[in-house]
Amino acid sequence: MSDHLRVNPILCDAYGHCAELLPDLIQLDEWGYPIIDDTPIPHGLEGDTRRAVSSCPRLALFIEQRPEAGRGLRPLGTGRTSL
Amino acid sequence: MSSLAVWYLMRASGVVSLVLLTAVFALGIATAKRLRPVRLPRFVTLGLHRNISLLAVVFLAIHVATAIIDPYTHLDLAAIVVPFTAGSNALWVGLGTVSLDLVAAVILSSLLRRHIGHHVWKAIHWLAYGSWPVAFVHTLGSGTDMGTLWLRLVGALLAATIGAVVLWRLRGRNGEKHFEPRARPTAPNQLPDRQTIERVAA
Amino acid sequence: MSAVAARVAIADDLAPQGDRLLPADADGPSTWSEHIDRYGPLPEFSGPGRSLLTAVEESGLRGRGGAGFPTAVKLRTVASRRSPIVVANGTEGEPASAKDKVLLRRNPHLVLDGIIGAMAVVGSCEAVIALSQEAHSSHDSLEAALNERPAAAKAISIAELPERFVAGEETALVHWLNGGDAKPTLSPPRPFERGVRGRPTLVQNVETLANVGLIARYGAGWFRETGTDDEPGTVLVTLDGAVRRPGVVEVEIGTSLRRLVALAGGLTGQPRALLVGGYFGGWIPVAGNGDIRLSDRGLAPLGASLGARAIVVLPAATCGIAESARVARYLAGESAGQCGPCVFGLPAVADALEAITRGGADAAAAVDRLPRLSAQIARRGACAHPDGALRFVDSALTVFADEVSHHLAGRCTATSPEPVLRTPSRSNWR
Repeated sequence: MSDHLRVNPILCDAYGHCAELLPDLIQLDEWGYPIIDDTPIPHGLEGDTRRAVSSCPRLALFIEQRPEAGRGLRPLGTGRTSL
Repeated sequence: MSSLAVWYLMRASGVVSLVLLTAVFALGIATAKRLRPVRLPRFVTLGLHRNISLLAVVFLAIHVATAIIDPYTHLDLAAIVVPFTAGSNALWVGLGTVSLDLVAAVILSSLLRRHIGHHVWKAIHWLAYGSWPVAFVHTLGSGTDMGTLWLRLVGALLAATIGAVVLWRLRGRNGEKHFEPRARPTAPNQLPDRQTIERVAA
Repeated sequence: MSAVAARVAIADDLAPQGDRLLPADADGPSTWSEHIDRYGPLPEFSGPGRSLLTAVEESGLRGRGGAGFPTAVKLRTVASRRSPIVVANGTEGEPASAKDKVLLRRNPHLVLDGIIGAMAVVGSCEAVIALSQEAHSSHDSLEAALNERPAAAKAISIAELPERFVAGEETALVHWLNGGDAKPTLSPPRPFERGVRGRPTLVQNVETLANVGLIARYGAGWFRETGTDDEPGTVLVTLDGAVRRPGVVEVEIGTSLRRLVALAGGLTGQPRALLVGGYFGGWIPVAGNGDIRLSDRGLAPLGASLGARAIVVLPAATCGIAESARVARYLAGESAGQCGPCVFGLPAVADALEAITRGGADAAAAVDRLPRLSAQIARRGACAHPDGALRFVDSALTVFADEVSHHLAGRCTATSPEPVLRTPSRSNWR
């Protein structure tokens, strides 16, 4: 099982705080919405990720547990692995 | 502590609370408007909003505690949460109680945000718009320093600040998803309605 | 109810050989007794309809709603949960498609049979048939059929949803049934986990259920007699555009495109391209493709799939880019408006296509902008709407690449401005 950062695109309202707090995993598209690295959250960034999740003004970010990479479809609302 | 000192502390902490609440209010609106303070990331605005609100809670606690200890105010514990039950000065103190209740609701719901979900949290947070005016009127009515120039100036400044940020909040878009259905394209859809393909062709 | 487990009977003399879902000998819906005369009685289901589930599994039936997901897997998943509810999806928000409306109007009893079978398999005592608010004749037909079957009418109700493109998406459907707008929600949870009123919900297209109604009578072996090995059975396909008799036909999966067009009366003139699979499908060129088989497998080499089972023939006189721009604008307008990349991205894509249509200086910039837009939109919504739109636009740019070059040079080879693809305009979500 691995942890992945995901955004609920329905709740997200482009405040942009997450990209400021977690630039390693999140970048913004041209409209201000987060593009999130879909790979498992790297070691050492767990604390920063949790902080970004709790600071989202819309509670749109969440951490999802998934079976090991390579199995199953990547869910919608995850963005891409690189811009 | 002499009762005079308590009384001064109560009044001072009250004024400081109102100033801090004004700052929290303005920073809350700045967050909603997605303000980017000069070269500072946006999360700083939100961080200040949250931290100053906690600081305001401290000063409010001092204000309330001293109000109870003060022998001249005749307040009991119930009067803190149940409005308009205080003996003397019931109206103005009651307003303070109302304001305290609203602030408490906002703060508590924010601390429990992850558990109640965004929509419930947001509904309660709207109470914040009510808490400031109530606190302000409470200050005007029960503040014994209202006769002084300095407090009148401070009061005017705070009111002006609130007025300005509320106007700012109401005007224009805040950067949320704003979906405007575009005008229909130039070739109007003059196709016959779907009845023609609701047939069995073969 | 009989104590004997349901037996799936094979009644050779009654099993349809030609048209299974749309009987050729009747113009309108049959009464229940006519229906039973034609197809035979529906077997009684006692206890969990396990042998029906096995029959559906062996039949290889796949969903007829667009995704083509194996029906037995869906049934099995929901059957393992408690207190499920069945939703028959007949909303058909795809403007190019009319097959569900036609099926419901002409053969409501067969759809009801399938619903009853599905309810038995998953162990549900409640079902809802979801229709569009504007599908009046389908509604009337269903109501008349339910009036003839009071036992079924107690368990099955009809719901009328707004005529929107995404209203039939399963989470949007569930959201509406739960009292909200017909807008998709983020999954997980998927409807089969938590759907209508929090219960496990089986969402199945009405044509799929009609096939279940047939399998319940005639079995898996019969079902597999037509179609292909991977994709057995028949499909209802809507044909529109430059054909003599636009409408709905029932064909075996694997039928050639040439035969399909012939069933619709043939072409009315030289075709430019075919749109296969509705507005989330793709354009395919005409040249040399007459023998392409109508199946997911047959269409895959062309980058297309059955999708919404709607095929539109674009006449040579019509500009493919202009039509695609109109549809892109339509799809942008049908966004539920919930997710930033879709709300802002799809109108930007439509803007780019319209710039290409107009030609001139902006057109070249628009061509460059489209891949950058796509990269920012793909898979970033809560549902597949933006991705479907991107797939459509991508196929347009591929198949109409020549026309794009013409437009960049300020020319167009089309001669008629008449629109061909339908783009109805609606604004309600409830």
